[in-house]
Amino acid sequence: MSLLRVEHMTHYFGGLQAVSDYALELEPGQIKGLIGPNGAGKTTIFNLITGIHTPSEGHVYLDGQEITGLRPHRIAAQGLGRTFQNLALWRHMTVLEHVKMAHYSRIDYGLVGAFLGSRRRRVQEQEFTERSRELLRMLDIESHAEQLVVNLPYGVQRRVEMARALATDPKVLLLDEPTVGMTAEELRQMIEVIHLVHQRLGLAVFIIEHRLRFVMELCQEVQTLVFGRVVAQGEPEEILNHPKVIEAYLGEDWED
Amino acid sequence: MTYFLQNLVNALQWGSFYALIALGYSMVYSILMLFNFAHGDIFMVGAYIGFGVASALVAFNSLGLVVLPGWLLLVLTILVSMLLTSFVGMLVERIGYRPLRDAPRASAAITGLMIGIILETGNLALLGAQRVRLPTMIQSVTYDLGGVFITNKKIMIVLVSLGLMLTLHQFVRRTKWGMAMRAMAYDYAVVPLMGVPLNKIAAMTFAIGSALAAAAGILYGVAYPVLDPYMGIVFGWKAFVAAILGGRGSIMGACLAGFLLGFIEIFVTMVFPSTLRDLIAYGIIMLILVFRPHGFFGEAYSARLRL
Repeated sequence: MSLLRVEHMTHYFGGLQAVSDYALELEPGQIKGLIGPNGAGKTTIFNLITGIHTPSEGHVYLDGQEITGLRPHRIAAQGLGRTFQNLALWRHMTVLEHVKMAHYSRIDYGLVGAFLGSRRRRVQEQEFTERSRELLRMLDIESHAEQLVVNLPYGVQRRVEMARALATDPKVLLLDEPTVGMTAEELRQMIEVIHLVHQRLGLAVFIIEHRLRFVMELCQEVQTLVFGRVVAQGEPEEILNHPKVIEAYLGEDWED
Repeated sequence: MTYFLQNLVNALQWGSFYALIALGYSMVYSILMLFNFAHGDIFMVGAYIGFGVASALVAFNSLGLVVLPGWLLLVLTILVSMLLTSFVGMLVERIGYRPLRDAPRASAAITGLMIGIILETGNLALLGAQRVRLPTMIQSVTYDLGGVFITNKKIMIVLVSLGLMLTLHQFVRRTKWGMAMRAMAYDYAVVPLMGVPLNKIAAMTFAIGSALAAAAGILYGVAYPVLDPYMGIVFGWKAFVAAILGGRGSIMGACLAGFLLGFIEIFVTMVFPSTLRDLIAYGIIMLILVFRPHGFFGEAYSARLRL
């Protein structure tokens, strides 16, 4: 069975069918893309998979375990990491605090330990700080560790978000438009970062993206979503020439 | 000069009550973006629970079942009441607010007002309209410091309040729950995706806020022993003002603004007749807000609630 598997997922917001009969198979180590015009329901699919909304119908399995309808923090603990389209950072916390926060479920020293500075607290603090710094080093932002995120350039903030998602120890990483608003230089760096993460940690990655160049360079397979329905699925080259895709994007500024 | 110092001491005590209550408003607002308008009444409930616990302890003591010194009775009363009141707070969150988390904010505000009325009238139904008196646990001792009179109670009230504020500060800095609370104050939606159980943190926040309000209630009872079911209304509103003045969601701000409120109220009565106290004091605070609409430590942005 695939690492992340979605079957017959349908979702309604009131009377509106936002997603209809969606299916996904993501294999270990695979990078897949999800493209589609604005309002097609891409982010909704992410929200359904990560438990922010519970799908009206259908099933989601992660590593063989059903996760449909679980609370978001349980799904995260099962190994699903995610970033957001609009950066969802904690403005006045430091970069290091962001990444440490993601260790929440593994911090198990209690109130007394926290106040009196028990041995377990010391050991765990050291371990998680070390691990966090390692992730920051990998993403080449360790020099910003003690800075507040609100003061950092956009491209760095994006990588902080990525580091935070990685720190939850995911098996699958969901990236929601990781390059939105980026300069060409930042875009190139982001491609490198995703390659790096993919190779170094062997994660399966599922990406929502608008920029086709990005998708072409990274993804082994692409789904195209229009009005909540997958209209085309396959290798990137194939998808780009697919009549339904061209139709969906006609008039849209997709050539970058 | 001694007159000034005397008022300073009184203002510190008076400000402690506001600061402790304001913390509950501020913490809940910062993580859930709602003002718990029942919080003033939680202060009242805390004082009454303190009355119950203290009466029981004093009765045990006089029957000879336990023999404890007065200060220990007070400490026990505060701790037990904080614990019991924190359950009341969690209950309010679970029944009143959690089902409304995605509802319009106005609904949550109205819920708070209704819970407040229920707590007040529930108290009336349970204990009747008669006021109650918190048993005396420690005897007043007055120290004369060069014309400034300080009672042991005032010292105790200020020190216990400051101690609780420091403990809260440490809690928020040092524990993972505190870290989660800080994160939720900036962006609420992502926090669960870091493996943090949102409902548990929300319940915990209500519990802590209510426990602090209970401590304020008992300390208030130590200074002014007569309790009545409506004592929480005006105190609640004023502490709410302190929470806003401090900057919504700021712990430090809520404490400072609570003390500032105490100072302004007391010092206004130094100069003007006490019947004009609130008129002038809150006129001043309105002026402060005109110039600093986000309060002392508030950020000039509106955080959005998603999810």
